Amino acid sequence: MTDPILATHNLQKSFGALKATDNVSIDLYPGEIHAVIGPNGAGKSTLIAQICGELKPDAGRVELLGQDFTQTSTLTRAKAGIARTFQISALAMEDTVLQNVLLGAVGAVGSPWRFLRPVFADKALHSRANDALQRVGLKDDAARRTSDLSHGQRRQLEVAVALTLEPKAFVMDEPMAGLGAEGSKTLTSFLDGLRDEAPILLVEHDMDAVFALADRISVLVYGQIIETGTVDQIRSSKAVREAYLGSDT
Amino acid sequence: MMRERYLNGLVLLLLFTVPLWALINDQPFTITLATRAAIFALAAVGLNIALGLGGLVSLGHAAFFGIGGYAMGILAYHAQTYTPVMEVPFVIDGTKSMPVIWLVAMVTSGLAALLIGLLSLRTTGVYFIMITLAFGQMFYFFSISWIAYGGEDGLSIYIRNDFPGLNTLVPINFFAICFTILCLVLLINGLVARSPFGLALNAARQAPQRVQTVGLDPQRLKLAAFVLSGVITGLAGALFADLNRFVSPTMFSWQTSGEIMIFVILGGTARLCGPVVGAVVFVMLEHALGGLSEYWHIYLGALLLLVVLFARGGLVGLIAGRGVAHD
Repeated sequence: MTDPILATHNLQKSFGALKATDNVSIDLYPGEIHAVIGPNGAGKSTLIAQICGELKPDAGRVELLGQDFTQTSTLTRAKAGIARTFQISALAMEDTVLQNVLLGAVGAVGSPWRFLRPVFADKALHSRANDALQRVGLKDDAARRTSDLSHGQRRQLEVAVALTLEPKAFVMDEPMAGLGAEGSKTLTSFLDGLRDEAPILLVEHDMDAVFALADRISVLVYGQIIETGTVDQIRSSKAVREAYLGSDT
Repeated sequence: MMRERYLNGLVLLLLFTVPLWALINDQPFTITLATRAAIFALAAVGLNIALGLGGLVSLGHAAFFGIGGYAMGILAYHAQTYTPVMEVPFVIDGTKSMPVIWLVAMVTSGLAALLIGLLSLRTTGVYFIMITLAFGQMFYFFSISWIAYGGEDGLSIYIRNDFPGLNTLVPINFFAICFTILCLVLLINGLVARSPFGLALNAARQAPQRVQTVGLDPQRLKLAAFVLSGVITGLAGALFADLNRFVSPTMFSWQTSGEIMIFVILGGTARLCGPVVGAVVFVMLEHALGGLSEYWHIYLGALLLLVVLFARGGLVGLIAGRGVAHD
């Protein structure tokens, strides 16, 4: 069996008496979309923050390609190949769409210490950025100011920035949040094709998208994984139905 | 954006032609005013890199302005008194050479900016403002207590320093030096703003979390901007001291920091020629109203209030309109 690209082992994080993540072990294999679902306050965002390095776990390990990254910074993990998208868009709103993806390209190449050559004159950066925009369907909006984009377009731009990094694994925090039915459908279709490039750890509330995309689903409730399995296994799980899905799914 | 480019060109052309007109009409004081405006603009261009691109609201840039000034003052003082600056462990003599003085001013203010930045950038928001203000005041009180270099009374330099091939005592020559430096620094500023560094720094100001997740360190970017900013403001300080042939603790005062910030805000934060416009308007108001009342700052305050309330992009933004950053 192949080794996981990304894995957590018994992650624990408490805030006072509240256990936000309680022995969470999760893994992500090549070509896979592994969704993490759960009610609000289940600890999904805390889990992502620990995987991406914004929060240090009280105990447990985070591994990327078998290497321990638990004590490393967000920066180190990003450089190592974890690309994340945010639930609330974290983009440079005053900048153009192209400038936002160029930032990703600059990060990917690791070349911010060039002071006198215009970034627009760098063909390699430009090509990487334009390619990402083309793929998410924002090529025609490259010159627009990011703050002028619709919510859905900002979600697409988040993904485009992540694409420029050519990462080892994507960690996506509710990419469908705020999207209409059509937008959600388009993004679902796009993410479906992305899994071959790098596996995706997907935290998502849109169950239609999760069921359409996920190879495996982990259900997080009160900081604990109560079940991990395929879509069918999760759908038919009594524990998951009682804790999260209800009887309609 | 084209409109802003034309405006920038017009502003620089005006700043260039007014002293020429003054030269023809034998108005040396006007040339001195234009030189003062160019030096203030240079100091503000320095701050604009930290403030406009990096979002670093520094209320301590007088520290770099003063360090540049004292670098000039100390070197020139030792040159004119034929005493060495230091003898142990090796002898360093004073100098009257402008390029050497500029280099010393830039290196010392850059080192100070590195030290201050390393400590200040651990904080954000109002704490950053306060800590930079505190550093500025530390230098201010240190200079007051530095009796060897005049203490509170400051230090007079009898003759303006030398520049190869130019008589710097001729006002138009000294203006030409200051104006050329200003144009060069504006060119560098424009290039930096469009470079990968400028792009990343600008993003670090708006979305530091995003910058981190693409593998770049926003703190290091901001520190580099702060150092570059300090170097430019330090160079302006050396020129300012040379213009007045005098340095005093006032160069370190928080009022000086405030004035440099006013140039930037008045002209337009993050606008290439915003600091130039701000400095020119300041010097014009100072000249026009300063003779009428010593409380002329009231009018400056009113203007600043109007700009902040109704022209968020400063005077340049008001005329050139909203622009996409650094396109």
